Amino acid sequence: MQLTLFWIFSSLMIAFGLGVVTLRSPISCAMCLVSSFICLAAVFITLDAFFIAIVQVLVAAGAVMVLFLFIIMLLNLQAEECRRVKLGVMLGGSVVVLSFMVLLSETLESSPQFSKMMPPITASSQDVGMIGMTLFHSFNLPFQIVGVLLLVATVGVVLLSRRTLR
Amino acid sequence: MITLSHYLMASGLLFSLGLAGVMLRRNIIIILMCLEMMLSAVNLSIVAFSRYSIVHGHQNYDAQVLVFFIITVAAAEIAVGLAIIVALFRSRQTTHSEDLNSMKF
Repeated sequence: MQLTLFWIFSSLMIAFGLGVVTLRSPISCAMCLVSSFICLAAVFITLDAFFIAIVQVLVAAGAVMVLFLFIIMLLNLQAEECRRVKLGVMLGGSVVVLSFMVLLSETLESSPQFSKMMPPITASSQDVGMIGMTLFHSFNLPFQIVGVLLLVATVGVVLLSRRTLR
Repeated sequence: MITLSHYLMASGLLFSLGLAGVMLRRNIIIILMCLEMMLSAVNLSIVAFSRYSIVHGHQNYDAQVLVFFIITVAAAEIAVGLAIIVALFRSRQTTHSEDLNSMKF
């Protein structure tokens, strides 16, 4: 059951990711990215990471993509016109991506630790509770630093989007 | 059964799709979307490693907190990046990366 769900959702995720790279209209790219993120959240659920899956749907597929759609509509972007494709860029991009994939598959086959089965969870699973304990006990200072970072980013966005920069 | 390499391969495919998008696409907004996709691929591999390393009978929650931080920082990054794109569009009327060549060597 888990195997079937993994195959369905990971192949859907890759297919929608391919849509982001190949489609011309920015709106279709954004919708493909939303679908890809929702499939990614389903893959997180097959890994028993329920809280991360919910955060992925709420933040990445919800808030961030609404921001993208707002900007696309604000700038009134149409579909990209066909420009001449640079052969060097195409060739370089394909070579880098293909060599990355070859390197990854070689690495995954080189060691037996990558082919071990999923170990069962024996302790009682309280996902959100455990994440909260870890976040507020071991990572309290980084949590507050991230809060300051978000504040700085908000102020920076407001400053950047004023009409006249002084 | 699903092994760790299944998840790492899916994550690597998503990452290389994002890398290809960053290198091949010319619209800055779509380049930002592909950056977001690469960050999510990294998140997937971190969550897979956390599930396959059992600590005290449950998965490694330190890794999931790290993923939480990555999602937060990515959201902040996208907000600032889109604000820069809007400011750029106001002064240049374009989001095409080849038209922005005034700082090119």
